[in-house]
Amino acid sequence: MTEQKLIYVDNSATTKMSQAAVDAMLPYLAEFYGNPSSLHSVGQRAAEAITLARAQIAACLDCTPQEIYFTSGGSEADNQALLSAAMIGERKGKKHIISTAIEHHAVLHTLRRLQKQGFEVTLLDAHQDGLVRPEELAAAIRPDTCLVSVMFANNEIGTIQPIEEIGRICKEKGVMFHTDAVQAVGHIPVSVQKAQADFLALSAHKFHGPKGIGVLYAKKGIPLTNLIEGGAQERGKRAGTENIPAIMGMAAALKEACDHLDENAAKMRAMRDRLIEGLSVIPHSTVNGDHVKRLPGNVNMCFEGIEGESLLLLLDDKGICASSGSACTSGSLDPSHVLLAIGLPHEVAHGSLRLSLSEENTMEEMEYIIKAVPEVVAYLRAISPIWHDLEEGKKNHVI
Amino acid sequence: MLYSEKVMDHFRNPRNLGTMEDADAVGEVGNAKCGDIMRIYLKIKDDIITDVKFITFGCGSAIASSSMATEMIKGKPVSEALQLSNKAVVEALEGLPAHKLHCSVLAEEAVKAAVKDYYDKNGIAYDKEQFKQGPTCACGDH
Ligand SMILES: Cc1ncc(COP(=O)(O)O)c(C=O)c1O
Repeated sequence: MTEQKLIYVDNSATTKMSQAAVDAMLPYLAEFYGNPSSLHSVGQRAAEAITLARAQIAACLDCTPQEIYFTSGGSEADNQALLSAAMIGERKGKKHIISTAIEHHAVLHTLRRLQKQGFEVTLLDAHQDGLVRPEELAAAIRPDTCLVSVMFANNEIGTIQPIEEIGRICKEKGVMFHTDAVQAVGHIPVSVQKAQADFLALSAHKFHGPKGIGVLYAKKGIPLTNLIEGGAQERGKRAGTENIPAIMGMAAALKEACDHLDENAAKMRAMRDRLIEGLSVIPHSTVNGDHVKRLPGNVNMCFEGIEGESLLLLLDDKGICASSGSACTSGSLDPSHVLLAIGLPHEVAHGSLRLSLSEENTMEEMEYIIKAVPEVVAYLRAISPIWHDLEEGKKNHVI
Repeated sequence: MLYSEKVMDHFRNPRNLGTMEDADAVGEVGNAKCGDIMRIYLKIKDDIITDVKFITFGCGSAIASSSMATEMIKGKPVSEALQLSNKAVVEALEGLPAHKLHCSVLAEEAVKAAVKDYYDKNGIAYDKEQFKQGPTCACGDH
């Protein structure tokens, strides 16, 4: 049997580290092991490296190094942003937060915790196209609103929110604004100035950096609430000896991503559009999320009459690594909250497939996927009682 | 790996897969909202299940559980098929992840539903208690 080539199209879950990121990390694993808080030369070598990395990341985000806080990843950054804003709001008697129904659980579950602490949360509708309407946000802001949290780009359906308009509205109304930019940074232009954001979360492993490292951007002058108490690292706002290798890898990966942003995006867009074109010929299928305001590497589709996990397993047998928002893959009984929020019925949401590309994918791989997916969908439909009912007219097609 | 080799084998090479034109009984359980539906067809002669076929909408373990269940009842007397438990299906599959156990329950119920259909169609008396279905799905719909 010939060795099957692996096609990795699950880059929204995580990415392969770039060589630049690996190269940037290695010396700090093997040679420069110092603790940046130490005063001696070994420690100071590490401290200098972090200073450099912080400046590089700040330049990519269009902010100052003092506004960058290293965290263990996107989840921690989201948690700290929301809890900090809530504390600030509470001190002013403002206990209303606005977010969206399609946020990542790092945001939604933190909001749920705040609700238990007496905060009121309004979740904006993301409509069928997966996009928040700025006018609906403006209408939802109340005198007691302390924070608006809207993700820059969605991790499942790839929709890119009107962040600059949202930032402008928040600024006008004097409400703090957090954006979870985990899926955006390194893939589309992100500037905290243009977004007028007070907080922003990013995660290195989504742009070919290492896992377990991320950044919370917090605008100068905003008091942060610690999630982790201890030493004086990160200007006293996040204790714990810095993960220097990871920080160096993140900075290198981000620099590379930002340097090649346009060329990578153009390459991915071409592959994305070819995939959507090629897979849309499958009858009773639908593309989820707006077609234009969409991450360059995101394809998300539903195929009626089949279930996502079996689709993924059979694609894996063909060497294709993808993901789905079906209940069986979400680890809960319900399919993805994002797909339900954009109005898909449960039975359709179960049959979803997400293909998330990186610039390392090739057009040849896309053509292979365009051949493989319809075969698997046809097989699963042939053995699906739902599909038989649909074909025999006992049930009506939804899509 | 999420699944045992046995589960993957039955998922990749399902036994008794397909529909049956001249079935003597058909049972269908599950619902689309929860993400799994199984349909089992039986051919019965002299109270023996001479042939069985299935089609399933669902995840890997749903397909594997139905495949295994059909294999376990083929050639058996109807009364014996009725005794098939979800536990026996799980054991034969060399285990299922905890959150997938409901797939084996569904397989047991699909067999029972088909047998009930056979009894109903042929006017055979049975103890209704035997066919009570528990809630296999907790997605909030019912
Ligand atoms: C939109 C979004 N926010 C937050 C996270 C969490 O990031 P991390 O895995 O670094 O904690 C993810 C990653 O899955 C994400 O896609």
